[in-house]
Amino acid sequence: MRVIKTRLGVRLSAILIVGVAGANLAAETINGAGATFPAVIYQKWFQEFRQLHKDIQINYQSLGSGAGIQQLTQGTVDFGASDVPMTDEQIAKITKSKVLHFPTVLGGVVPTYNVAGVTQLNFSPETLAGIFLGKITKWSDAALKKDNPGVKLPDADITVVHRSEGSGTTFVWTDYLSKVSPEWKSKVGPAASVSWPVGLGGKGSEGVTGTIKQTPNSIGYVELIYAAQNKIAYGAVKNSAGVFVKADFDSVTEAAAAFANSMPADFRVSITNAPGKKAYPIATFTWLLVPNKFDNATKKNSIVQFLKWMLTDGQKFAQGLSYAPLPKAVVDKEEKQIALIQ
Amino acid sequence: MAAPQRSAARKFVKRLQDGDQAAHLITLIFAASVFLVTVFLIYELWIHSSASRAKFGLAFLFAKSWDPVAEQFGALPFIYGTVLTSVLALIISVPLGVGAAIFLSELAPPRLSNTCTFLVELLAAVPSVIYGLLAIFTLVPLMRQYVEPFLKKTLGFLPLFTGPAYGFGYLTAGLILAVMTFPFIISISRESLLAVPREQREAALALGATKWESTWQVVVPFARLGIIGSIFLALARALGETMAVTMVIGNDPSIHASLLAPGYTIAAIIANEFNEATGNLHPAALVELGLVLFLITMILNAAAQLLIVATTKKGSIQD
Repeated sequence: MRVIKTRLGVRLSAILIVGVAGANLAAETINGAGATFPAVIYQKWFQEFRQLHKDIQINYQSLGSGAGIQQLTQGTVDFGASDVPMTDEQIAKITKSKVLHFPTVLGGVVPTYNVAGVTQLNFSPETLAGIFLGKITKWSDAALKKDNPGVKLPDADITVVHRSEGSGTTFVWTDYLSKVSPEWKSKVGPAASVSWPVGLGGKGSEGVTGTIKQTPNSIGYVELIYAAQNKIAYGAVKNSAGVFVKADFDSVTEAAAAFANSMPADFRVSITNAPGKKAYPIATFTWLLVPNKFDNATKKNSIVQFLKWMLTDGQKFAQGLSYAPLPKAVVDKEEKQIALIQ
Repeated sequence: MAAPQRSAARKFVKRLQDGDQAAHLITLIFAASVFLVTVFLIYELWIHSSASRAKFGLAFLFAKSWDPVAEQFGALPFIYGTVLTSVLALIISVPLGVGAAIFLSELAPPRLSNTCTFLVELLAAVPSVIYGLLAIFTLVPLMRQYVEPFLKKTLGFLPLFTGPAYGFGYLTAGLILAVMTFPFIISISRESLLAVPREQREAALALGATKWESTWQVVVPFARLGIIGSIFLALARALGETMAVTMVIGNDPSIHASLLAPGYTIAAIIANEFNEATGNLHPAALVELGLVLFLITMILNAAAQLLIVATTKKGSIQD
């Protein structure tokens, strides 16, 4: 009796194993890793895409931009994702193929603050740089008064709050400050982690927001998507045309459109401090990093299919999830780049 | 097919059951694996920090700047922050924890003692991120509005209590670490106090000692190994704690004399920057910080061993 039971068990498990293996074979599995900022829309895209193509399964791990680039370099994932474009040096490290950058959506970074009795503030680039360099130390400073005529600002010390961990958000923020302030560029520079002249570090967007809420007279920066979803008030920033612009989907997309014609062929471009009256100056692309050569033809076809879908139907999901969609001019250019994947 | 396999398996089990040999071998493997994991850990930390060790050498330990853009890395602010917050935590939690353990094991009625111990052990099981969140939303405003202004007013002549009161900083981090470590001290100290043989207490009482004299002069010295052990376990937890600390310390990589100022710890910066560290030097410097933390832990453990040896010798004369 016991022997029979065991044999039956073996057979059943054999069937099960074959069944599971069969299901795995049927779906082409593609693995990606990288930036956390676009993770929400990426998960949504991969889910929706799976509904349309039952045979393609895309997995995404949001480990951070740096980790995405690292894993792509080591060949442990099929594609990476980053809020910061790869450097020439990083691209050269991958010898098997050349990495292509595909912008997917846009994000903005906004100044947010906690000043009693003040809801809407304007910031000029010089003021922002001055505050984050530790040169403007009081809310009643003349520069802030000049940006905000008629607003009653307290005679209190400013507490600066920044992200404590390396992040794409910090990169965009410091990249912008480097473009508008030569002093910031020489003293601090643009990077995902920098040596901050002043301020407290909060961990993650929630840490920065929590610290700002807890600290009267503080100022920090968060992603537009985070501010929008959590209904956090944020300030307007003066763009290169001299207009104070508040970040929203349109003004962020406008920043990308302003660069559409002058964009390098490989899409590795910073779109901070964009020209144009309607453009919000602290905006960025976020990129998918896709190798131009795949050994496996089905894998290549699956990725190409996904990229085409992402640039057309996929873009419609962006606003619902608080991301700014790509301008049409950029989509057209990217569709041409897809042909480079072999 | 199945029959011979099963009998072989049964034989193996039998040998294991009544064979000291097998038990010896298996436990040896377990013990060796602990050793191997430690060696492997040091090896990995050593290899992956090579770029940073080659560039900075020993100066890494004494350099004060941490600038990922200019690729200048120094460990001193982090060593300072780690040691300072852990020491602050122990200054607060050791008297509290040992005192509470003495009360729970010697003086409290058993029912109260058991309830309290259960609650304390629950505290030890709370994830650190929860402590961190609690600290941000309750401890930080309390510190900023009441405690820090009070300290500045009364003890402000000391450099320890100067500068703006952010609520975020060394002192708050030390406090939250004290809350997190003291369940360990209470729980283990209480166990070792309870393990003191009844005869010891009875002998002391018979000699005419009061309850307190018997507790303080006989029971506590008898249980000192367990108590010291609990303190070092607490210290180890404080040194390595990451989430709760990074949420309240302010994450500022510089050295301040004031306890109210923001700082940084080794575990916090590794957790914060490793994900997005690019290039060669930045990740290597972070790994080297891990190596430094490992060294600090080893030095403190060695100190603990020495302390235990020293107190045991002194104690044995009394026996």
